[in-house]
Amino acid sequence: MTEYETVVGLEVHCELATATKLFCGCRNAFGDEPNTNVCPVCLGLPGSLPVINRRAVELALRIGAALNCTAQRSIFHRKNYFYPDMPKDYQISQYDEPINVDGWLELPDGSRVGVERAHMEEDTGKTTHVGGGGRIHEASYSLVDYNRAGVPLVEIVSRPDIRSAAQARAYVDELRSILVATGVSDGRMEEGSLRVDANVSVRPVGSTEFGTRCEVKNLNSLRSLERAIDYEVERQIALIESGERVAQETRHWDEGDSSTHSMRSKEEANDYRYFPEPDLTPLLPDARLLAAAAEGVGPMPAERRHRLSDLVSGNSELATRRDGSTDQVVTVVDLGLDELVVGAVAAGADPRLALARAANEAAANPDAAKLLDPAAFAALLKMESSGQLSATQSKEVLAELMTHGGDPGQIVARLGYQAMDAAALGSMVDDVIASNLEEWQRYCGGDEKVAQFLLGQVMRASKGRANGKLVAAAFAARRKA
Amino acid sequence: MTASPAPELGSLAGIAASVRAGERSARAVLAVSLDRVRELEGDLHCFNEVTVEAAEADADAVDRLVRSGLDPGPLAGVPVALKDNLCTVGIPTTCSSKILAGWLPPYDATVVSRLRDAGAVAIGKTNLDEFAMGSSTENSAFGPTRNPWDLGRVPGGSSGGSAAAVAAGMVPLAFGSDTGGSIRQPAALCGIVGVKPTYGVVSRYGLIAFASSLDQIGPFAITVADAALGLEVIAGHDPMDSTSLDRPAPSLLATLDAGVSGLRVGIVADFLSEGSECGDAVVAAAEALAVAGAKVDQVRIPDLLLGLPAYYVIAPAEASSNLSRYDGVRYGLRVDGPDTETMNARTRGEGFGAEVKRRIMMGTYALSAGYYDAYYGQAQKARTLVIRAFEAAYRDFDVLLTPTTPSVAFPFGSKVDDPIEMYMCDLCSIPSSLAGHPAASVPFALSPEGLPIGVQVLAPALGEAVMMRVAASLEAAAPREARGPVSP
Repeated sequence: MTEYETVVGLEVHCELATATKLFCGCRNAFGDEPNTNVCPVCLGLPGSLPVINRRAVELALRIGAALNCTAQRSIFHRKNYFYPDMPKDYQISQYDEPINVDGWLELPDGSRVGVERAHMEEDTGKTTHVGGGGRIHEASYSLVDYNRAGVPLVEIVSRPDIRSAAQARAYVDELRSILVATGVSDGRMEEGSLRVDANVSVRPVGSTEFGTRCEVKNLNSLRSLERAIDYEVERQIALIESGERVAQETRHWDEGDSSTHSMRSKEEANDYRYFPEPDLTPLLPDARLLAAAAEGVGPMPAERRHRLSDLVSGNSELATRRDGSTDQVVTVVDLGLDELVVGAVAAGADPRLALARAANEAAANPDAAKLLDPAAFAALLKMESSGQLSATQSKEVLAELMTHGGDPGQIVARLGYQAMDAAALGSMVDDVIASNLEEWQRYCGGDEKVAQFLLGQVMRASKGRANGKLVAAAFAARRKA
Repeated sequence: MTASPAPELGSLAGIAASVRAGERSARAVLAVSLDRVRELEGDLHCFNEVTVEAAEADADAVDRLVRSGLDPGPLAGVPVALKDNLCTVGIPTTCSSKILAGWLPPYDATVVSRLRDAGAVAIGKTNLDEFAMGSSTENSAFGPTRNPWDLGRVPGGSSGGSAAAVAAGMVPLAFGSDTGGSIRQPAALCGIVGVKPTYGVVSRYGLIAFASSLDQIGPFAITVADAALGLEVIAGHDPMDSTSLDRPAPSLLATLDAGVSGLRVGIVADFLSEGSECGDAVVAAAEALAVAGAKVDQVRIPDLLLGLPAYYVIAPAEASSNLSRYDGVRYGLRVDGPDTETMNARTRGEGFGAEVKRRIMMGTYALSAGYYDAYYGQAQKARTLVIRAFEAAYRDFDVLLTPTTPSVAFPFGSKVDDPIEMYMCDLCSIPSSLAGHPAASVPFALSPEGLPIGVQVLAPALGEAVMMRVAASLEAAAPREARGPVSP
């Protein structure tokens, strides 16, 4: 039986987080009352003209820089087709001279996906079909909201380098991290800030030619993306195996019945009649624009994950999302807390503990965590490592640090936390053994599972003040004795 | 031929000076203008809408400023007419099309704001060929405008209403738009001055687009000096138009009387056909300039003849896109249908006239997959050749002279059934439009039948000052009876 290889290229539309729209001064905001953020320009009223938003150009160039693209002189074209949610019945978009070309994106598993281009364009409005179950042909009327019309978009087009649904998901996930980390977008797929179309084809393993591709639309989540690609690959293989051909077409992912459907519509037969937009002048990526674009571009998530893995484990190759131990690395980098960890380690904190506290307790409130002083964080972690604080106490102090700030030493004093002295701890351990003799016998007989139970009893009796490591050591010492 | 000289409102400078000095009220000047409109509008149909109340309110505002000791501006109290493709807040702006009938813009064109800021008083919106597509005003959905020199003849177009209003003495200043000759051709046919500025000198914001890479707004006036003042007021950078040049308005009046001594003037021989009265006028104009001290020579620039076919691909291509938005969804006419596509089609089918539909189809075809390179691509190359040809000519000449039009005003109906014949009206005006250069038409002679003949002065980009100097010299040499205002 023939084995098939999946080939996927992704088109990701990213709404830029600018204050205003691409060609006018209207607010770029999600969820406002319909048709409140509109003006003659974004409504395409007769006589109105577009004027480029420089901030949008900066952010587009920033995406290019983050994706290792080359920035170049670019122009806008008009893409002509009739649609009610497009105020001018043409979309201003970049065509054969886009602003960013030839980049790549590194995924957490170390693989690289080529980026063909990342170009600018304006978003359309939103149409709601009323009656007839929301389908256009059965609707009794339609309502159009132009708040989104003219919102700046960058369309990031990957090369067909992706070889599985999981890799496609990882690509979008990684891209989203980058877009959020560079301040270019809020990355919210559920609000449409990030929209993905997938070009999917299959070919026999070893073949160098591409199969016929289908473009799959309506992928509203990472899960939809992964499922739709898997479905589409199976569908195409089944067609080929039964001697049929895959038709090049646009298909709609239906989350409800978990399948893709052909969108044979007039839209597909459209001839967009692209021509250079005469109302706008060419964009030249001058030094000032490039400098503004470079501002938000620090080390990319891939590089930061390598650095953090290296710091924690001495092995920069650990950064895979599927590996439980390094999920913490991914989380911390995604939330932008890696600088906190790196700073705390530099100030003497234990790297693994710093990573764990950042990925769990600090991650619960990332905004507050970003304001933490790495030195204070380190001081707290050192108290925990040395046994001066229990894990539970340490978490309490960290929460206090994040909400009110301050000096960890003073917080510890104020909360009355102090290490239990050895005598108190010892008598507490003895009490627990006395009241749980059966478990103690099993523990002495070598049943390690019961150790957690005994430890838990001491922690409960001490109301979390006992240091878990010291308690474990005390039990071990008594068993040996 | 029934035209006779009309009473003049006076020069713009004269009107403004008397209003600023409080010698005449803006309201009184307006009354003279509106009386003339009432007298002649029935014959001429220059206007789609005369906005009496708004004009009176604007004139009163000017008079209040004067009474409070403030200066209303260089056009204080000057009545002006606006082509009905310039957006005016709250006043219908129709492009003489059924598809926009009754549309009330929520904003003013930059040019309209600048005129008001200069103290001008807009009295109404003038008729045009639908969406500025035409050379006779016969393509207006609301009926044609007649030429005050001969009511049986067209005023030219597309800005025929504005040209006729100035030629008939209704207003001393009017504004039109010029895409391939739509200011210069009607100015020539109506015996007045019309100026198309360098592309980017005047903001297009609020000018309803026909062909965006060619459209420019410019003035109509009886004299070169008045046209110069009108242009100075509306010119200058506008951040709302990305193609607006980032430079101040040109200073034209200061050098208007500097003469032409030493200037190199080229007669474009390619546009002088044997025995044509319009060509003869150009030769006579050149002789007048030579007498005034210019160095005159003939020049052949055959590539300029590529302009007409290139224009009739590029302009319709851009128009086909610019006019897509009239789809019945948001404003203007809507003819309902069972689905969106049908509503679009019915609305456009009923809302657009024949010439607009013809150009939308030509433009759509020229941009279609498989034809783009052969039509739009070729036309852009031809446009480049026109620009290069001008560059070469302007190494030897400061300005060029051509007829504005191949013929004088023609009778109604004589060209409407032959689009190519109508398109040929723009032969001499189109090359400057494609190059983005300034051009002016100056009335210079009368034909044997007593119809005005215009001479066109061309200059390189931003050459408005020298162009207007030459125009002023021609005006000084031309017979007074060759220009308006006239009474029909």
